[in-house]
Amino acid sequence: MSTITQWLGSGADVEARRRMLLGLGSFLLPLLVWCLVSYVPFVWHPKMYVTAPGGVDFFQVGMLVDKPMFREEVADMQKAHQPLPEGYAANPIYLPAPGAVAEAFYNGFVNPPQTSDVPSMPASLWHSIQVIFWGFLISSLIGVPLGILSGTYSAVGRLNEPFVEFFRYLPAPAFGALAVAVLGIYDGPKIAIIVIGTLFQQVLIIANTTRKLEVTIIEAARTLGTKRLGLLTRVVVPGILPDLYRDQRILLGWAWTYLIVAELIGTSSGITWFITQQARYQHFDNVYAAIMTIGIIGFGTDLVLGRLGRRLFPWDSSQDRR
Amino acid sequence: MNLSESALPGYRHQSEAVRARFERIRAREVILEVRGLGKHYRSPQGETEALRGIDFSVHRREFVCVIGPSGCGKSTLIRILAGLDHHTEGEALLDGKPIKGPGQDRGMVFQGYSLFPWLTVKKNVMFGPQMNGHARDDAERDALMWLELVGLEKFADAYPHQLSGGMRQRVAIARALVNQPRILLMDEPFGALDAQSRAKMQSHLIDIWKNIDITVLFITHDLDEAIYLADRILVLKAHPGEVQEVIEVPVPRPRTPGQFSSPEFLATKARLEQLIHPAAEPESDDEQKVKPHLIRLTDVHDNVE
Ligand SMILES: Nc1ncnc2c1ncn2[C@@H]1O[C@H](COP(=O)(O)OP(=O)(O)O)[C@@H](O)[C@H]1O
Ligand SMILES: [Mg+2]
Repeated sequence: MSTITQWLGSGADVEARRRMLLGLGSFLLPLLVWCLVSYVPFVWHPKMYVTAPGGVDFFQVGMLVDKPMFREEVADMQKAHQPLPEGYAANPIYLPAPGAVAEAFYNGFVNPPQTSDVPSMPASLWHSIQVIFWGFLISSLIGVPLGILSGTYSAVGRLNEPFVEFFRYLPAPAFGALAVAVLGIYDGPKIAIIVIGTLFQQVLIIANTTRKLEVTIIEAARTLGTKRLGLLTRVVVPGILPDLYRDQRILLGWAWTYLIVAELIGTSSGITWFITQQARYQHFDNVYAAIMTIGIIGFGTDLVLGRLGRRLFPWDSSQDRR
Repeated sequence: MNLSESALPGYRHQSEAVRARFERIRAREVILEVRGLGKHYRSPQGETEALRGIDFSVHRREFVCVIGPSGCGKSTLIRILAGLDHHTEGEALLDGKPIKGPGQDRGMVFQGYSLFPWLTVKKNVMFGPQMNGHARDDAERDALMWLELVGLEKFADAYPHQLSGGMRQRVAIARALVNQPRILLMDEPFGALDAQSRAKMQSHLIDIWKNIDITVLFITHDLDEAIYLADRILVLKAHPGEVQEVIEVPVPRPRTPGQFSSPEFLATKARLEQLIHPAAEPESDDEQKVKPHLIRLTDVHDNVE
């Protein structure tokens, strides 16, 4: 219960409900704006959807034309005493309405396309999740122990951190071609890009977290008879575990960011491939549905991990309480 | 110690009982012996001499307080004795053996809450015995016994963050004592507590000390606390840290809070004040650099004094 939040006017008991409502609002507000823009014809709607071409020879049914041009043509036709074109105000193709996206979302999972040349959303997504999983696992298997060791023993830190610090400035996607040359065109290079993108940050962040462990805790353990390895396994690791867990949650978010690049390397695959394909066919409702699915999975995972964190670390009052 | 006796009546005067008590203490074996101990810190800013020529010894079951101005090397001294730091001159002997690194024979209680936050109270206390190779069951039995001794058996399964400051320090004491050290080293252990819990903890510490075979070296900057607790008080001065005087506290035991206004107590306190806050105390360099410049930020007529 920080004083700052109290000053800003959140009381003790109503706070939980209020926070929940505000949290819900943070999602509903953008949705509301999107609905307004999509469903209220006089808000934005810069295009006209042609329902009847009338006398305009280049108009076709289903065409989206700019409003001024449409008006001009209407005027021209009136002058020429030709049939008038008809249509209604519409948004550009790249802004589908929420309903259309929801429908695409539903169809994407419930009736995936049967044709084999277009990837289905669930299959693409599952493929992406596997790539993320392996990338993050490999990165963590190296990065977590190395980070902890670097933070605990200054010699280990000095031996690798300057290099790691340098390497983290090399953009992971730049290694794409190299990764393909070494690891082939399938999932190998994609996993490698996620590892390269995550690992170096991971070492530095975890080393830092380890260094922040209170010295008195280590000293207390030493006065109680803890020696070398015991200090690492019985004091340092449990001492930083809650923070380590939080770091991993943040790093997992970064891994998702690298996924989008990684999937364009070699043979395109996964959710990024799905998005690119759908955009090429101008199925923007599918594009939005896929992007949102990534968001939902990422946010959902983090929410679950946050809950789990509270279970796992009951002593850590700073595990966030959503 | 060249001050005239007449200027400070009393603080060296001991009643028969007190003198006999000091005789008994001196007859006991020496547990801790410090000879010519010195410590230099080397840092990029240059060298600091934190301690110089420290000499003293502590007898078994004696309660010794170390007092001195901030920065005089109290923590440095106790950390060296705990084995957390190395001295650069002289020697420190525990039971005649030189101190090299931390050991089970010395327990330490820190000012900050140094409990392991991820362990319950009971497991915090079990930590030492388990590290020293005791079986889980033995460790648990010992831990529960010590928790009972500090009155926290009901909180065995609580986590440290659920306890008050005083309770946490009780756990820290139990955690140090369960290893059955020869000497308990305490670095301003009650410094962060409010006055009330501090007084409670002082009486509690004396009770513990009376009931078990333990020697205590206790650091504080609170004069009352030092006099109330100690058999002898080691007064340090700063830059470099040296022993200024060793005072045998003339206040008889058992001690009670009522003695805070007894003549022996006041005489000892007057002497400590004289040693630690000399009449015209020159401001330290650091303090001189800090000169607040206050401007009036309220209505000129809105006065509080
Ligand atoms: N790690 C260190 N490196 C350099 N100087 C130190 C270090 N620790 C303490 N000192 C210096 O040694 C002196 C004594 O410090 P300390 O033992 O903490 O004093 P106290 O506990 O009496 O306040 C101070 O002048 C302090 O600046
Ligand atoms: Mg200190």
